[in-house]
Amino acid sequence: MAFRNRPLSPHLQVYKPQIGSVTSILHRITGLGLGAGTVLLAWWLIAAAAGPEAFAAAQGFIGSFVGRLLLLGFTVALFYHLSNGIRHLAWDAGLGFDLDTAAKSGWAVLAATAALTLIAWIVAYAMRGGA
Amino acid sequence: MSEPSLRTPLARVTGLGSAKDGTGHWWLQRLTAVALVPLAVWFVASIVSLTGAGQGEIKAWLSNPLAALLMVLFLATGFYHLKLGLQVVIEDYVHGHGLKVALLIANVFACVLLGGGSILAVLKLTLGA
Repeated sequence: MAFRNRPLSPHLQVYKPQIGSVTSILHRITGLGLGAGTVLLAWWLIAAAAGPEAFAAAQGFIGSFVGRLLLLGFTVALFYHLSNGIRHLAWDAGLGFDLDTAAKSGWAVLAATAALTLIAWIVAYAMRGGA
Repeated sequence: MSEPSLRTPLARVTGLGSAKDGTGHWWLQRLTAVALVPLAVWFVASIVSLTGAGQGEIKAWLSNPLAALLMVLFLATGFYHLKLGLQVVIEDYVHGHGLKVALLIANVFACVLLGGGSILAVLKLTLGA
C-alpha cells in the first residue's frame, strides 16, 4: 500500500533536535516541574501557618542539600517557563513567528533562564551571608 | 449560507468546535499567563528576600496587606494555570478513557485542595488567627 511509505510524524527518535522543538518540549517539562514545585510551596506555606516548629521542619528540609537541589530545579523551571511563556504570548499576538526570529528568541530564552537563575541565587546567598 | 457546508447552522452559531469547548480553555490559559508574568516576578523577588527566614519573618511579611493580596492572587492564578496545563498533558498522553477521566478529576481535586490550603495558610498568617 502506498501510504505505508509516508513519513510518520512526530517521531522524536528520528528527528534532529532543533531549538524550536527543544524549547517546546522543555516548556511542557518545566510546567510539570513547576507542578511539583507548587507542592513544595504549599507545604512551606501551610507549615508557616501551622506554627514555628512545623515551619522550622520545612525550612530545614528546604535548606538541606536535597532541598536546595530541588529549589535550584524549581528556580530554573520557573525562569524558563516564564521567559518562554512570554515568547509564546508574543507568538499568540502574531509577533516573531518567522524562522530566524523564532530561533533567536529560543536561544534568548535559554540565556535569560541561565542569567536570571544565577542572579536569584547570588542575591539569595548574599542576603543571608552565605548561610 | 451561500457555500455548501457539512456544518450545521447551529454549530456555526455556537462556535464551540468538535471538542464542544470553544476557545475557553485556550483563552483562560493565556489570561492567567499574562497575570502570572508580574506576579511570578514579584513572588520570586519576595522569596529570595526571605531566604532562610524564620516563621516570625514570614508572618511579618504577610502582615503587609499588599503582600498578602499579591500572594493570594499569585496562588489562585498559578493553581488555575497549573490545572489548565496538567489537563492538556493528561488529554495528550493518557488514552484509556477510564484512566483519563480519573486523572482529569484527580487533577482538579489536587489543584483545588493544594491551592485552597495554600490560600487559607496565607489568610491565617495575615489575619494572625
